[in-house]
Amino acid sequence: MSETGHTAGQVAPVDTGAVGRVATTSVGRLLWNGLTISPIATLGGGIIVFWALMAVLAPVLAPYPPNQMDPMALVDPFPSATHWLGTDQLGRDMLSRIMWGARTVLIVAPVAVLGAAIIGTLLGLLSGYRGGIVDTIVMRVGDVLLAFPQIILYLIILAKFGASAFNIILVIAVTKAPIIARIVRAVTLDVKNRDYVAAARMRGESTLHILLVEILPNARGPLIVDFFLRLGYTTIAIGVLGFLGIGLPPPDPDWGGMIKESYGLIFVYPHMTLIPAAAVSSLVVGFNFLATGLREAALDD
Amino acid sequence: MTDVLRLENVSIEYTNRKGTMRIVDDVSFHIAPGEALGLVGESGCGKSTLALAAMRYLPRGMRVSKGRILFDGADLATLDDAALRRIRGNRVAMVYQDPMSSLNPVITIGRQLVEVPLLHGETDARKAHERAVRMLHEVRLPDPERMMTRYPHELSGGQQQRVVIAMALMAEPALLIMDEPTTGLDVTIEAAILDLVRELRRRFGTAILFISHNLGTVARICDKIGVLYAGRLVETGPIRSVFGTPAHPYTNGLLAALPRIEAGRTAAPLRPIAGTLQAADRARTGCAFAPRCSFAVPALCEAAPVPLVPADGAGQLARCARLDVVAAAVRGERHAAHGARLAGDEADAPVLLSVRDLSKRYPVGGGLSGGVKGEVRALTDVTLEARARRTLAIVGESGSGKSTLAKVLSGLTEASAGEARLGDFDLGATGIDKRPQDLKRRIQMVFQNPDSTLNPSHTVEHAVMRPLRLLRGLSRSAAKAEAARLLEKVRLPAEMLRRMPHQLSGGQRQRVALARAFAGDPQLVLADEPVSALDVSVQAAIVNLLADLQAASGIALVLISHDLALVRHMADTVAVMYLGRIVEYGPADAVFAPPWHPYTAALLAAVPRPDPDAPEPSIILAGSMPSPLEEMKGCPFASRCPRRIDGLCDTTPPPVRTPAAGHDIACHLDLDTLPATL
Repeated sequence: MSETGHTAGQVAPVDTGAVGRVATTSVGRLLWNGLTISPIATLGGGIIVFWALMAVLAPVLAPYPPNQMDPMALVDPFPSATHWLGTDQLGRDMLSRIMWGARTVLIVAPVAVLGAAIIGTLLGLLSGYRGGIVDTIVMRVGDVLLAFPQIILYLIILAKFGASAFNIILVIAVTKAPIIARIVRAVTLDVKNRDYVAAARMRGESTLHILLVEILPNARGPLIVDFFLRLGYTTIAIGVLGFLGIGLPPPDPDWGGMIKESYGLIFVYPHMTLIPAAAVSSLVVGFNFLATGLREAALDD
Repeated sequence: MTDVLRLENVSIEYTNRKGTMRIVDDVSFHIAPGEALGLVGESGCGKSTLALAAMRYLPRGMRVSKGRILFDGADLATLDDAALRRIRGNRVAMVYQDPMSSLNPVITIGRQLVEVPLLHGETDARKAHERAVRMLHEVRLPDPERMMTRYPHELSGGQQQRVVIAMALMAEPALLIMDEPTTGLDVTIEAAILDLVRELRRRFGTAILFISHNLGTVARICDKIGVLYAGRLVETGPIRSVFGTPAHPYTNGLLAALPRIEAGRTAAPLRPIAGTLQAADRARTGCAFAPRCSFAVPALCEAAPVPLVPADGAGQLARCARLDVVAAAVRGERHAAHGARLAGDEADAPVLLSVRDLSKRYPVGGGLSGGVKGEVRALTDVTLEARARRTLAIVGESGSGKSTLAKVLSGLTEASAGEARLGDFDLGATGIDKRPQDLKRRIQMVFQNPDSTLNPSHTVEHAVMRPLRLLRGLSRSAAKAEAARLLEKVRLPAEMLRRMPHQLSGGQRQRVALARAFAGDPQLVLADEPVSALDVSVQAAIVNLLADLQAASGIALVLISHDLALVRHMADTVAVMYLGRIVEYGPADAVFAPPWHPYTAALLAAVPRPDPDAPEPSIILAGSMPSPLEEMKGCPFASRCPRRIDGLCDTTPPPVRTPAAGHDIACHLDLDTLPATL
């Protein structure tokens, strides 16, 4: 690591030994290789595609509007021929709410992680390439953010500015960015001393070109693996926010919110809690499987 | 007497998801007690695999699919684990290329050495300790008792390799397998290690299997040689027969591709071997070398397997179907006159770059406390000139400051004092970011490592087009057309433009790097060890290409190299550097002829020559380069100089002797005594 010193005990989330070799693969090929070679990535990809289809086709496939209450079902909310997955405590169709809820998480999570990736990548590139005081400031501010328990950070910010999709995205993007910055910084530190960067400097490329064209593409391997891993964590985070009541405001369906509204009834009507919980878990597992498979494929290449 | 190691028709296969590949095909050889066999070949020819197989230590996925490997007459495949363990370490020992990976960094040298006899039957710890000390003394390490208490990182690379050799010899093995034991080392250290191996072999009568890509080192150590190509033994025999009358076209090609230190600047261009080793060549039924061979006749060479048949020399065998034709052709060529490559007079070579008293110091920080511990004197008062159309070579061991000089000239770092004038600019004071675009265009660089010279994320087109756009201001379409032309100039097909670097061989990548360097029409090209990472047969082609490009463009070439034979072949002017200073400087013909600076003499003596009858090096430098942190009062070379005058050399800076105009030697010895150094 650099002479500016890294705080002891920091854990790099990506195995740096893989970095160099991951780097030589194009994004498309990495994804394709991962999906075709690694069965675990195929499974993960399949789960994600399933939920994506659910989300996209919700307006067409969902049997009921997500917020429509069925007073008849209140008597017997369990799964039946009219409500395949049953209804919740207000008589809203579970299947429809799960499908519409998938939209929330599948829009909010990727946008938030993408935001984190953009912020983190730019900071990481700058920090690694410039070194010195820039590096120290960026990394130490990142350390402070990471040292803070994330949930408490979410609570403070969302309580202050209000829970909206935009604010949730912002909060997640800002709090996840330092981790991504570290990954990109590690790659940058390695790559900036390569001869091709010297050659680029010797022909007068601008710093921006060197950062974005010569260095960044070599970080895409670790970045893409991390992207899917981070999506999994973010899915959990969104679920937690919903559960804590600072997710999307009701009545719009949100998996975390669904768990929160029904967990008091878990021993009476277990399906109301377990179905959204299973949805969250399966999506997280899907993202993690894909990330694991891609890492395998990248190392294998 | 039984052979120590005997391979009978051994084939080795490697299986992975993509299928099965034959790494080694039908290889037979034997090593009698006390004999030394050299295995040579380019990377990927299977030589290291054979070394591993000889210890039954093949990695996962590889197996001996055919033939037998006999050790002391016992078939390795039939031995149980206990018997195998007795052989490994007790009867065979291995020395690898990188000594650091053979030594455990957290255990002292002493404990690692003592472990060997204790694991193999010795019970008395004191005796084991004594033996370790004796062995360190045998490998000529200074102060063995103290050496026992040190950790590997406290030793220099050459010392580490001596420790590894000592460890290998602790068990007094019958066979020592050495896999590229001197490849990472400086030429003076290499000479010392080779000298040590020769002597130990005489003393202990150990048989040696010596693996190398360097024909010169093999010539210095071995009695027999085996030349491998694509996993097959293409030629084998006593070393004098094979070097004297090489029979196989590949062996001939390897020898012709090497620059010779005894040939001058005017010698004929090197003769590269066409093409590269392809993975598919291994699968051929006939001769694997046929696609690259100018003598190949498909009906004879590629239809059926070619057997090893006796060739001209005593005990010499070659796997070639056209031996008689090859022999006749080679005899004819040897009589052909050398094409003269004359260096013109000085008039057409104006001075382009003029370096005066250039110095570079790095402060060495004391870490967090911020205190400055000292300074690394990377360059001290370097003065030299580079002329258009001429090649200035900078030679010296690692740590001599030659790469720092290149970094200062290229602007990647700035000088601390002195100047390096190119036209109106002082390069030393102008870091890359301060240089105007036109100055950047005038200086370009070719790097050493083909793996990192091109960006793995971008096509060849990117590498060649960007300098055209930036340095020559071409439009996108004009740059595209020009890129194809440039590629043609470095003898690559235009369709290579769309390739990614990982789809190119090392030689091809280095060609692209040359195209990139010449794209902006530079005046000065810095080449930092441009061929040292390439295989011999590819090296020659790149060297010739570089010479052609220089002749066509009239650039001044600054060649940084540790390879004196290459320098002899290419350079017009030579600067010999030691510890950041120039100790000898002058026209190549003068530097390579006496009088020599004692350091130049030692470097020249150390070069391994591909000739078994070459004299043994008369000067073996002891010790290693002093730390550049030390303040040098006298001559920087004083601590290792065999001709040191005590009380003078280490206290007073040496005067500059000038045996002829333009030839400077910084030495206390006067011109009458200097010539006697070799």
